[in-house]
Amino acid sequence: MSGSGLRLKALTEKIRETLDKLSSRTAIKFAVYASAVIIFFALILLPPIIGIVIKWDNIQFILDQPPLVDRALGAIQNSFIIALIVAALDLIAGIPMAWLIARGKSRWLSAIDTLADIPFIIPTTALGYSLLLFWSDSGGVSALFGSSLVSTGWLLVMLLHFTFSFPVVVRTLVGALLDYKVEFERASRTLGAAPFTAMRTVTFPVLRPAMISAFILAFARSISETGATIVVAGVFENGPVFIQNMKTEFAVANPALYNGAIVFASFILITISLLIFVAIRLIGPKLRLPLKRVRPVTERKLSYKKAEKSRNTITLIVFFVLILSPSLFVALPAFQAIFTPSFSNAITGSDIWGGYWQSLLLSYGLGATVTIINIIIGLPTAIIIARKKMGKFMSSVFDLLVNVPLVVPSIALGVSLGIFWKASFALPDIMLLIFAHLAITYPYFVRSMSAALERISPDMEEAARTLGAKPLGVFRTIVFPLTKYSMLSGAIMVFTRSVSETGATLAVTSNLQTAPVLLVNWIKQAVPASRLDIALAAGFLILLSFIILLALRLVVGREEKY
Amino acid sequence: MPEVRIVNVSKKFGNIVALDNINLTIRDQEYFSLLGPSGCGKTTLLRLIAGLIDPDSGEIYIGNRLVNDVPPEDRDIGFVFQTFALFPHMTAWDNVTYGPKVKGFDMAEATTIGHEVLEMVKLHERLDAYPNELSGGMMQRIAVARALAAGAKLLLLDEALGQLDAKVRNEIRYEIRKMAKDLNLTGIHVTHDQSEAMAISDRIAVMKRGRILQVGTPQELYMKPESIFVAHFIGESNFIEGYVSSKNNGNSVVEIREGLKIQASNGAVAEGKQAVLCVRPETLTVEKSVKKASNTVQGTVERITFEGPNMRYEIRLENDALIVAIKSSMSGGWFSIGEKVAVVFPVANTHVFAYPEGSSLKEEISVGSR
Ligand SMILES: Nc1ncnc2c1ncn2[C@@H]1O[C@H](COP(=O)(O)OP(=O)(O)O)[C@@H](O)[C@H]1O
Ligand SMILES: [Mg+2]
Repeated sequence: MSGSGLRLKALTEKIRETLDKLSSRTAIKFAVYASAVIIFFALILLPPIIGIVIKWDNIQFILDQPPLVDRALGAIQNSFIIALIVAALDLIAGIPMAWLIARGKSRWLSAIDTLADIPFIIPTTALGYSLLLFWSDSGGVSALFGSSLVSTGWLLVMLLHFTFSFPVVVRTLVGALLDYKVEFERASRTLGAAPFTAMRTVTFPVLRPAMISAFILAFARSISETGATIVVAGVFENGPVFIQNMKTEFAVANPALYNGAIVFASFILITISLLIFVAIRLIGPKLRLPLKRVRPVTERKLSYKKAEKSRNTITLIVFFVLILSPSLFVALPAFQAIFTPSFSNAITGSDIWGGYWQSLLLSYGLGATVTIINIIIGLPTAIIIARKKMGKFMSSVFDLLVNVPLVVPSIALGVSLGIFWKASFALPDIMLLIFAHLAITYPYFVRSMSAALERISPDMEEAARTLGAKPLGVFRTIVFPLTKYSMLSGAIMVFTRSVSETGATLAVTSNLQTAPVLLVNWIKQAVPASRLDIALAAGFLILLSFIILLALRLVVGREEKY
Repeated sequence: MPEVRIVNVSKKFGNIVALDNINLTIRDQEYFSLLGPSGCGKTTLLRLIAGLIDPDSGEIYIGNRLVNDVPPEDRDIGFVFQTFALFPHMTAWDNVTYGPKVKGFDMAEATTIGHEVLEMVKLHERLDAYPNELSGGMMQRIAVARALAAGAKLLLLDEALGQLDAKVRNEIRYEIRKMAKDLNLTGIHVTHDQSEAMAISDRIAVMKRGRILQVGTPQELYMKPESIFVAHFIGESNFIEGYVSSKNNGNSVVEIREGLKIQASNGAVAEGKQAVLCVRPETLTVEKSVKKASNTVQGTVERITFEGPNMRYEIRLENDALIVAIKSSMSGGWFSIGEKVAVVFPVANTHVFAYPEGSSLKEEISVGSR
């Protein structure tokens, strides 16, 4: 090793030692945790609230127009109805799927496990276009039926939301099922319960927290999604689509009315979402269904091998026909496009394609930036929550607050954030974009990290301390190696969520086009893009997403080591 | 109130042979123990009987019914798990009445049964508590009550006392046996603790590495162990290596060193073969005066342990073997370290076994699973 290399090594060693020493000072520990809390309030939680307060007076302008108020309320109502139905359907379809993945013995299941993640990893706008082609376009299944099988509108919106929420539900439930102690189910069997009865009376109740959280996640995804919904909505409006439509209709023509309408809609969306979220969190755990009489005969029948087989078959059919094929359908025209001028235009970046690669660069650059910032500010937050650093009660309140951006519709969050940062600091659009994406993705990293930390027994950290390690040293040598895979998967969730995000992006900027926004514009024919152009653009996005998914599988797949 | 019959049962997990051609009959209303070191296949055998796993081959009969294809819920069994597996989302009472409810009994009947079994385990307080609010002893009682309430005819316990502290464990083990007897149940009790098995079992099967070595009453196993391992695992034994030098009317004479011969009460090993003498510490007589007598070996006291009722002497014999002898503390005439003593081997309680083929004595008595 060269002399300078050695010196560098000695220097890093020295820095590390100094940092380790500093980390055991109470004042410094306090400063780190306090700044994490302050950043959370200053950057994530308070700006949207203040944003709405700033333009509160504009609400008057929409209240003067009852038809518009009715339209807004109708759209918002649609949002919640669809979210509730979709979350319920996802749970119904997701439970047998998760069961199959977690308990099945076939070696194909790990492939299916990976396939189930696909709709999550595909940016929703591309997914929406794929579904549109599959269900409504003459080139999809509709061709078999002569006319459009599912036309744009509420049904297609519902199918779309069902599809992209499905992986979240399955992932959550598979994790819970793998952690679940099978001994409980065995005990139930020896006490006389048939497999179905055991599942219903023991396994499901024990897994209820996971089901609640799966429901909340699916609900939140549905409430929040904007880009793909715009693509498949037609004339149908839900909350986010309404806000976007206000922009096209009034942003220039009547700015005061526009501001009034979006603040009004955002306020209601945010308030009701929070109420529902808090209600589920508070009531969910208290729901204890008393074990009423079982029907041994019927439940026995449901337990037969035959019944189980047909359940699995239906589950797989639903998955392949309703979820996987529509999600990947766009690959077909994308392949076709390879042999057309669209492809050469795409490769050379000529014609409309110049903007495409720029937007991809912006999307991925933004995703990476947001991910890095999230790791830095999210880590102390995760520790506060997992180790209850603010006391038991305050820490769980904090935990609840951290989850708020998850359940708030992202376009509404974008609207209020945009107002706040523009009005108070006149920030450039790129900063707005970073702040908006930061707020929306913030819960993902913190959640996955705090869950991982909770799995590590504090004993281990204490053991390291008694052996002489400083707090930062404990993190470096014990906590980090044990949680690095959760850290990585949390980071990748943040990244994909940011790349996918459309609603907030639309709300905060009209000048910067991220990839999904550009795709929406192409589909809406804001530029003259052909069907093949769009398919190809979606195809590239999906391909890149696949590469990320595979990388994730390769790295995270080794997690079971501990 | 069934008899349990296990015929030619084998079970593998991947390459691991957990059970190797097991044949065993557990009699009706017997309290039976499966005893062996950890990893020998006890839990696997119990789970096979319960139907929680399926055998690779062989048949299992409960009360003359072939149950290989009968699911666990139809085997009329009660299973008490090592970790108790009390349902965390149900109160103690709901746990206990779970069996009757899932079997479709009506509420009144379930309630009656619940009270009956709780009477039996003497636990009527804290029925509204959730499992995580109960002590280990209480959880154990609830687990047993729950198994009984389901109408079990066959009670299966998998190291069910392992999680309790010594004092509670000793109390509860007799209660469980008594309950099984009062209800005319057949009980199968898995344990790795030989004193527990000895204390409560009608009969015991000693297992090692997926096989059953010997089945018998506690007395039989103690007095007439059929293998070195059983002699070692049940109670305590001294082993001394040697050769069979001669045999006469059923007895053997084993030479443990040039010219030093000990007579044993059985003739299991052929003349000229390598053999192991086995004798329990409390049957040895230790004498002060160094005199020449039959079946006596000279030695030096190396260590003394006062165990309350007994004095325990570790004695280095003249052939260099280290043996243990136990004398009642109250009998007086204690020895001191370094003292020369004579150890008398009682012919009737000294057994000879063939030297383990293809392995060593040390390996034969090791309790490691593989
Ligand atoms: N589900 C399983 N998968 C793989 N190996 C197992 C499984 N269950 C038990 N074994 C193996 O089978 C052997 C016997 O195990 P077990 O019956 O649990 O022993 P015991 O209860 O006597 O301690 C052990 O080597 C154990 O590792
Ligand atoms: Mg065991």
